[in-house]
Amino acid sequence: MIPSAFSYHAPTSVAEALSLLQQHGDEAKILAGGHSLLPAMKLRLASPGVLIDINQIAELRGVVINGNVNIGALTTWSAIETDGELASVCPALAEAVALIGDIQVRNRGTIGGSLAHADPAADAPAVMLALNAQIRVTGPGGTRTIAADDFFTDMLSTALEPDELITSITLNKLGAGEGSAYSKFAHPASRYAIVGVAAYVKLSGGKVSACRIGVTGAGPKAVRQTAVEQALIGSDGSAEAIAAAAAHAGEEMDILGDIHASEGYRRAMTKVYVKRALTSAVARAR
Amino acid sequence: MATITVTVNGKPHTNDVEPRTLLVHYLREQLNLTGTHIGCDTSQCGACVVHLNGQSVKSCTVLAIQCHGAEVTTIEGLAPQGQMHALQEGFWEKHGLQCGFCTPGMIMAAADLLERNPNPTDDEIRHGLEGNLCRCTGYENIVRAVRYAAEKMAVPAGD
Ligand SMILES: Cc1cc2nc3c(=O)[nH]c(=O)nc-3n(C[C@H](O)[C@H](O)[C@H](O)COP(=O)(O)OP(=O)(O)OC[C@H]3O[C@@H](n4cnc5c(N)ncnc54)[C@H](O)[C@@H]3O)c2cc1C
Ligand code: FES
Ligand code: FES
Repeated sequence: MIPSAFSYHAPTSVAEALSLLQQHGDEAKILAGGHSLLPAMKLRLASPGVLIDINQIAELRGVVINGNVNIGALTTWSAIETDGELASVCPALAEAVALIGDIQVRNRGTIGGSLAHADPAADAPAVMLALNAQIRVTGPGGTRTIAADDFFTDMLSTALEPDELITSITLNKLGAGEGSAYSKFAHPASRYAIVGVAAYVKLSGGKVSACRIGVTGAGPKAVRQTAVEQALIGSDGSAEAIAAAAAHAGEEMDILGDIHASEGYRRAMTKVYVKRALTSAVARAR
Repeated sequence: MATITVTVNGKPHTNDVEPRTLLVHYLREQLNLTGTHIGCDTSQCGACVVHLNGQSVKSCTVLAIQCHGAEVTTIEGLAPQGQMHALQEGFWEKHGLQCGFCTPGMIMAAADLLERNPNPTDDEIRHGLEGNLCRCTGYENIVRAVRYAAEKMAVPAGD
């Protein structure tokens, strides 16, 4: 199927993209990898009158690792997946990205597009929550940083204003005693997450001193699992401690049921995948 | 309308396109390259896979206007006229197709896979072709066909 007609702009700078967004207001949509937007346009679920294709803005693309990790919004999943250094400092991200869709989706789809779209079954949002990502956005009022915890507000909704652009994502590098992992129950046809869990743990003196868990797929938006985190912190991170903590998974969130998985099933799988992600994050932290 | 120039299978083409024209429709309807198929409306089947600047993409989920200045390879351009690529031969030898609808996309995706990983395991072949659906073969012979091509391509030319 063919999208409805639109006018097309391909700005070469962030400033130009922002002025086009201002000029066209509600009618305009940013086009990044196009792998959420174009399928929606083909099905006429979205019919923007103006597309602002940001693919020519070179400064939005690429990964820089020094004190921390900075990923340009337009960086594709493939570029992230094949960056060996990134995989060693952010294992949960590398693991999650390799499980997104298929290679053709990963060759086009971008991290910024995924966060802006905030699909309830997308993988990256859970990883951003677990790794405490800082999302840089820029708009007519200037640049601001939104913590992942404040970014995902509802199903397909974020703290991003319509005239703002995501420019980059900043993550901490994992240090000694820290581990992260992603564990996913994928829908067999679409490969989106029925349940996806990202976990981060820090061990100090044989005890879990910090823990962050993000769950996607199970509910209308990606959320932290604070009850599980609190239960695990202070424990020795043993299999028993993880099992006891994971029993709290899904407690403080809405869980969705649909033709692919009922509410009860998703709830049960949330516990299972929280346990798996924690188990491998703790093993890596040791 | 916008004017785009795209190098398709080594040959530059200049055409007018509507911004909403998808790459697959441009290839099939404006360039008459009907080897690239359309199998779904949801970007899930992979029948439309082509190479865009050397990477495999779903041509139903890229706008033709985004390909201005780019190089595209379709199934028609994978091997020189009158010859078969090792993958095409593999699909023939190993019975990697029945109706053949998925085959062009399968072969283009497999060509990208072998480019990145010239000696894949069966698991890696299956993982690499996740974006391509086949309703006929059950995939077993497709995996054999790709393995055949990988082995054939590993033999140095002239041997
Ligand atoms: C068959 C298939 C399978 C998939 N499987 C998975 C999966 O398993 N897991 C998963 O997580 N995802 C999956 N996806 C989605 C894929 O990862 C998308 O590419 C991604 O969600 C959106 O990124 P994009 O760059 O393609 O964004 P686009 O489609 O270009 O844009 C999406 C939205 O974000 C906005 N936007 C884009 N970039 C910016 C920016 N920098 N600033 C502000 N707004 C912006 C756009 O205006 C649009 O509203 C799948 C997609 C397909 C087609
Ligand atoms: S036609 Fe099905 S993925 Fe492109
Ligand atoms: S051979 Fe018929 S769909 Fe694959």
